[in-house]
Amino acid sequence: MNDLLAARSQMAMSLAFHIVFAAIGIAMPLLMIIAEWQWLRTKDEVYLVLAKRWAKGTAILFAVGAVSGTVLSFELGLLWPGFMRYAGAIIGMPFSLEGFAFFTEAIFLGIYLYGWTRVPPRAHLFAGAMVAVSGALSGIFVVIANAWMNTPTGFHIVNGRPVDIDPLAAMMNPAAFAQTLHMTLAAYAATGFVVAGIHAFMLRRDPRNQFHRRALAIALTVGGVAAFLQPLSGDILAKMVAQNLPVKLAAMEGQFATEKGAPVRIGGIPDESAGVTRYAIQIPYGLSILAYSDPNAIVKGLNDFPANQRPPVAIVHVSFQIMVACGMAMMGIAVLAAWRYWRGSRRGSKTWLDSKWLLRVLILAAPLGFIAVETGWVVTEVGRQPWIIYGVMRTAEAVTPVPRLIVPLITFTLLYIFLAAITVWLLLRQVAASPEVFE
Amino acid sequence: MPLETIIAGVMVASLILYALLGGADYGGGVWDLFAFGRRAPQQRALIAKAIGPVWEANHVWLILVIVVLFTAFPPAFAAISIALHIPLTLLLIGIVLRGTTFTFRSYDVQRDDVQRRWSLVFSIASIITPILLGITLGAIASGTIRVENGVVVSGFLKSWLAPFPFSVGFFALSVFAFLAAVYLTVEASANDLQEDFRLRALIAGIAVGILALTVFILAGTGAPTVRAGISRSWWALALHLGTAIVAVGAFYSLWTRKYRVARLCAAAQVTLILLGWALAQFPYLVEPDMTIYSAAARRATLQLLVIALAAGVLVLFPSYYFLFRVFKGEPRSLLIGRDVNLPDPKVPF
Repeated sequence: MNDLLAARSQMAMSLAFHIVFAAIGIAMPLLMIIAEWQWLRTKDEVYLVLAKRWAKGTAILFAVGAVSGTVLSFELGLLWPGFMRYAGAIIGMPFSLEGFAFFTEAIFLGIYLYGWTRVPPRAHLFAGAMVAVSGALSGIFVVIANAWMNTPTGFHIVNGRPVDIDPLAAMMNPAAFAQTLHMTLAAYAATGFVVAGIHAFMLRRDPRNQFHRRALAIALTVGGVAAFLQPLSGDILAKMVAQNLPVKLAAMEGQFATEKGAPVRIGGIPDESAGVTRYAIQIPYGLSILAYSDPNAIVKGLNDFPANQRPPVAIVHVSFQIMVACGMAMMGIAVLAAWRYWRGSRRGSKTWLDSKWLLRVLILAAPLGFIAVETGWVVTEVGRQPWIIYGVMRTAEAVTPVPRLIVPLITFTLLYIFLAAITVWLLLRQVAASPEVFE
Repeated sequence: MPLETIIAGVMVASLILYALLGGADYGGGVWDLFAFGRRAPQQRALIAKAIGPVWEANHVWLILVIVVLFTAFPPAFAAISIALHIPLTLLLIGIVLRGTTFTFRSYDVQRDDVQRRWSLVFSIASIITPILLGITLGAIASGTIRVENGVVVSGFLKSWLAPFPFSVGFFALSVFAFLAAVYLTVEASANDLQEDFRLRALIAGIAVGILALTVFILAGTGAPTVRAGISRSWWALALHLGTAIVAVGAFYSLWTRKYRVARLCAAAQVTLILLGWALAQFPYLVEPDMTIYSAAARRATLQLLVIALAAGVLVLFPSYYFLFRVFKGEPRSLLIGRDVNLPDPKVPF
């Protein structure tokens, strides 16, 4: 493995690991404060127990997220010093703002986790709300920096150097809105579905336990609303990609030939040497409509881009297909659950969670959100290759001159496997010891 | 004052706060390893209680230093990241292990053997990480990271694999252990626990003195520019005098069991040490090839960063004050005189 590939692998592994904890860190505080607010509103102790149990799990996940995020902030320099030397002054701003958002998040999380008996209930709820807001802001700032790598703005290049730097214009880059919206919703959807799936699993074993019913209702509401809105934000994002990153769009869709009235391909395996995508179900005019709102729009194919500016097609296309499939399934499940709830409540009963098959579907759907998050980031990052800053700097130019990068790659991989195993083990033990509340 | 100087000042201030707050959290880990005697479990419990609510917030000072460094002085961040790739990578592993094992320990089963295992990793990581942090700072101060036309030409080992950076590493460890022990004398509510940490603070204080001397001697060849700054500048005498006064003050108040005064003196001592280093190195960032002026980003970035830092501080300090008021003030002080319904502490967590 050469050093560039080792550096890319280490960054990919670090990001893939961190994004799980980051997404949970954004969404879990919202679930916790909903439960706590319900407790303050109804005085129903079950909600308090729920908020505390969720807080306990979040404490573990947040700690892993905080340290793996620290690793990433250093890795920007340790692996990509060329990129940071060039871009630090342009996109350091969102990172600095993220620093403060993360500060606020860590401070109020400390108060939230350890302050149950030390601050008044409303101050405690306020601390939780601060965690939820600053957590979402942290994520938004970091994704803004990533968006800039896809659609760099806010500077001019003179003699290979960036001049006329405008950090605010860099933050307002074309991809910023669509990407942050998409990722923020993804965090709520993925976390909501995982939590709902866990409680659905426990509810199947223990059908009358009110603890899991209430937990499931909150998690599925947050996850379901986000999952329902997500395809909409995906559409905004796809139109942005079509506009600003046509080669990435072509890779996502496995579109090799430039085509008027291009079809949407569902599934399929791109064959890069032959320049075709095989075995896909094609919906005529679909891509032209989705990308440009015009059935006869011309979609530029990969063949019209120089070979040294194309991303690896197969991995981008397949990842994109998996992400879309997961997203669609989650949207469908959200609608299904809402319909079950609506039908149940019309009859005046609260039995919608008695449905065995709904619970089974929710258990099966638990990992879909995080599969979508991971594959979605593969699309974003691999789809931008060979560039680290699209059209400006190649990834190979940015990599560190430090040799034998395979060593830190292996070290961090082993470390993260160990952390993941321990985290899962601790959470499983917590779930297994969940409280029993019967009416 | 030039924007570069303001931003560099903010970085130094963040670093000092990281040492005073985050450093003490590492020091807590050191005393976790050296908990012994009949009260070892109580010592460990006090350390865990002191660190628990605040370590994640305290840790962010380091992240702030890093993001401000790469926003305002990108070439310096790149050069440091290349020349010190190895110690920084090890530092990260230490940070990851310290933070996660502390949390795992809190949430794993409370059986002795399980706890001991997590404690061991936690405390060893708490010892290694400050050493690596000191090595990094020592290497930056040493003047051995050489950059020509934006390319690091001094290799990946030379600048940090030397006696001076390592002496700074052990010095940082002793300072953090000293701070933690002094703070814990204040946080301990029982008398005998206070005595335990008083003894530890006195021992660590002596270690700080010996290692400070070692660092100063090794700086003669290991970091000549910084040494010259500390020895000969107009402010040097005042600074040495001030450091000496608070160092003696810390010792004296520990001896006489005036723990709050000792805490103040110890914090002042560490602040003055770091301030002295920063002043001695000024205006160099990566001495001798990069100053804060030559490595600075364009004016637009610096201006906006100063505004962001000012706005951030407005949010940060009240929140931080609240955090410390809640956990480091008198227990339940926020609740006294209020008619509130506390959640029942018996509710299972």
